[in-house]
Amino acid sequence: MERNLTMIALFAALIAALGLIPKFTLGFGVPITAQTLGVMLCGTVLGAWRGGLAALLFVGLVALGLPLLAGGRGGLGVFASPTVGFLVGFPIGAFVTGFIMDQWRSAPVGLAAGVASVIGGTLVVYVFGIFGMMMTLNKTVVEATLLVQAFIPGDLIKAVLAGFITSGLAKARPASLLSRA
Amino acid sequence: MISLTSPVETRAHGWPAGVKLAALCAATLLLFAVEDLAWQIAFCAGMLVLYALPGRTFLRVGLGRLRMLWPFVALIVLWHLLTDDTVAGLVIALRMVTAVGLANLVTMTTKLSDMMAVVRWLASPLRRFGVETRSLELAVALVVRFTPVLAAKGQMLSLAWRARSRRRSGWRIVMPFTVLAIDDAEHVAEALRARGGL
Repeated sequence: MERNLTMIALFAALIAALGLIPKFTLGFGVPITAQTLGVMLCGTVLGAWRGGLAALLFVGLVALGLPLLAGGRGGLGVFASPTVGFLVGFPIGAFVTGFIMDQWRSAPVGLAAGVASVIGGTLVVYVFGIFGMMMTLNKTVVEATLLVQAFIPGDLIKAVLAGFITSGLAKARPASLLSRA
Repeated sequence: MISLTSPVETRAHGWPAGVKLAALCAATLLLFAVEDLAWQIAFCAGMLVLYALPGRTFLRVGLGRLRMLWPFVALIVLWHLLTDDTVAGLVIALRMVTAVGLANLVTMTTKLSDMMAVVRWLASPLRRFGVETRSLELAVALVVRFTPVLAAKGQMLSLAWRARSRRRSGWRIVMPFTVLAIDDAEHVAEALRARGGL
């Protein structure tokens, strides 16, 4: 019980701390932050429920007014802005990522984590993100997708990196990989 | 820790957080129900007046927080200029700025402890069903405490990397960074158990 609580809290803090690392720019000039990488790792390391709760705790603290989003943003204003869907998608994306990790035990850790991150951490998060843009900006699905498509390659790369990082963690701290425990 | 609350104490700081949040919900629903441009301009102007009331410092800090919206405003207005629907574009852009502005206003005038009190009140029905909400408060405290700790450890990792390599560390430090977070979590769990647990 104590372990579940501290793991959830520390991974919520990890998402926040990853937002403070300076962003790195991809080859084709789109800046990406490591924050969504943290959301994927919540799912791949903690599993569905704990991972989803960690991301939910992070989003909840942003709503309460802590400047935890990349670039020091936060507060209720973020929930009225066009990017609200991505925030709502974080907990659900982490949950789906963890669910796939939980279920697909026959696959090697790295492969399962990579695929889970593509589906949960990218696909699910973008479905919510695009829906948020449609609502706030009054756009159709196609128009909203067009607005965010520049960031999709970066997030796919992050999903692959999440796979590598998780397989590294499985070697460094096998007992702490709760999604496979 | 740095917070998003206003640098100047305003009269709104004393108002109950729950009332401010309820008013924000009502105002946002109203904003999305009205499609008329004149009304949206009036709402936006009203929002700006609220920012101007507590003085110049408050206005400057508050408007600075809205700066992240300009790319969206420019994009929407340009888009609707091209599709010959400028009025709709202005309505969407104004509504977005007003909604975000009002929400920021609540964040700027409400302390974290007051927000937590609202959360505790909202969670009180859960307590009746036997859900332990104390662990939620402990989790919030842990995140607030450990975010700067982890950020400092991440800084050390990237310094150590730069001492050894001429290239930027990039994503490669995320793995050891996560190991540090996991180890901290295990240690804190052990410490909590040693003190009698939850």
